[in-house]
Amino acid sequence: MGIAVEAVIALVKIAVVLGVVSLVVAYLTYLERKIIAHIQQRLGPMRVGWHGLLQPIADGAKLFLKEDIIPDKADKVVFVIAPIMVLVPAFVVYSVLPFSSTFYITQVNIGIFFILAVSSLGVFGIVMAGWASNSKYSLLGALRSAAQMLSYEIFLGFSIIGPLMLAGSLNMQKIVEAQSDVWFVFYQPLAFVVFFIAALAETNRVPFDLPEAETELVAGFHTEYSGMKFAFFFLAEYASIMVVSTVAVTLFFGGWQGIGWIPLPGFVWYVLKLGAMIFVFIWIRATLPRYRYDQLMRLGWKFMFPLVMANIFLTGLVKFLFL
Amino acid sequence: MELAFFYLFAAGIVGASLLMVTRANVIHAALLLVLAFLFMAGLFVLAGAEFLAGVQILIYAGGIMVLYLFSIMLMNVGVAVRLRQWHRQSVLALAAAVLLGAEVWAVLGRGGYPGAKAWGWGLGQTPGNVEALGEVLYTKFLFPFEVASILLLAAMIGAIVLAKREITR
Repeated sequence: MGIAVEAVIALVKIAVVLGVVSLVVAYLTYLERKIIAHIQQRLGPMRVGWHGLLQPIADGAKLFLKEDIIPDKADKVVFVIAPIMVLVPAFVVYSVLPFSSTFYITQVNIGIFFILAVSSLGVFGIVMAGWASNSKYSLLGALRSAAQMLSYEIFLGFSIIGPLMLAGSLNMQKIVEAQSDVWFVFYQPLAFVVFFIAALAETNRVPFDLPEAETELVAGFHTEYSGMKFAFFFLAEYASIMVVSTVAVTLFFGGWQGIGWIPLPGFVWYVLKLGAMIFVFIWIRATLPRYRYDQLMRLGWKFMFPLVMANIFLTGLVKFLFL
Repeated sequence: MELAFFYLFAAGIVGASLLMVTRANVIHAALLLVLAFLFMAGLFVLAGAEFLAGVQILIYAGGIMVLYLFSIMLMNVGVAVRLRQWHRQSVLALAAAVLLGAEVWAVLGRGGYPGAKAWGWGLGQTPGNVEALGEVLYTKFLFPFEVASILLLAAMIGAIVLAKREITR
């Protein structure tokens, strides 16, 4: 196979993933509104299309056609780059996610590490947005977000070390293959809990949505944004939710591996597990109140950090003694 | 192909660095430094050191630079921009630059520069050089590795002592 053919195949794969992910991300907003509405005994969007099914498309059109306002005192260049800086890392990560045993864009030896590294860049977009807006609310939101994401990135990184020790590889496909008998969530329940909490904080979700706490900061770092730039922040947030959910499914729930002898293709299994994961994300948003800033930091450093350290130590001990 | 990418990344590093030192606005300079780090990670990938590239992005770009930005944002950038940007030290700077350039030239020009391959680390040979790196780090270079961690630990304790106003008994 020539290099040109390979390049074309890769481009087609990238286009497919990009298109599908963008569409799914748009519909995640619909799903979130619907689920929260039903939990709160409301109906949610009902007007556009059957049960509001066309709502995301209407929203997209609205945001696209809206006037794009750049504040007078804003740093124009940074203000424009910031939403792009948030969106790009969130989408780049999809290049190494294993959607099934055969469908993925590329395999990298440092797979999971690549995901961690690239998604750590997302915080720049938020910090840039907060600073460039030249508004107090935005700046405060950005500062909170920087402190929060830096701290919780550490727990996120440490929580995946346990499963990685069991898998013996950083390659996403190999991690999935290592779970053909037992999912790692049964060996590493502690790591999964910490991972999930850290993932909530990394994606700025309730109960850790302090960077955009609307009751105190208007809308946090994206207060001054409008139109498509505003939409970019939300696309990035939902894209990141899908990424962390995929990582959770890959590391702890056997990725595209099926349960028992039920004959479903790997991709379907992956989608089912991903859907369940995302549902939990939305469920939590409808359930929990927001943490206070000092509570957030205390929970992280005084509770979760010792916990992940103990988990790594125990995993190492067990592996050394019994395996 | 690889050569083309090498020159692309190299040009990126040089361009971003030049822009960085000439910006009056500190935040712009910090962001350009991040860009330079990213291009540097690209160079590491080309050299077959994927793990190092990941570390470069995770620690330098995603960690340290965010902390820098965090502290820079808290000061009034507007004042800093209005301050004098040139200190009439160009002659001194030029002399230092020439000296450094000569040193680099002398070291590289000796030819026998011990590269990774010459030392036989074999980092690029195994698929996924994480294993190889870990093995070398915990056997051959265990002592320097531990020294580095002790140094970091000391720095951390120092920072805590400085940040804590008074230590109650």
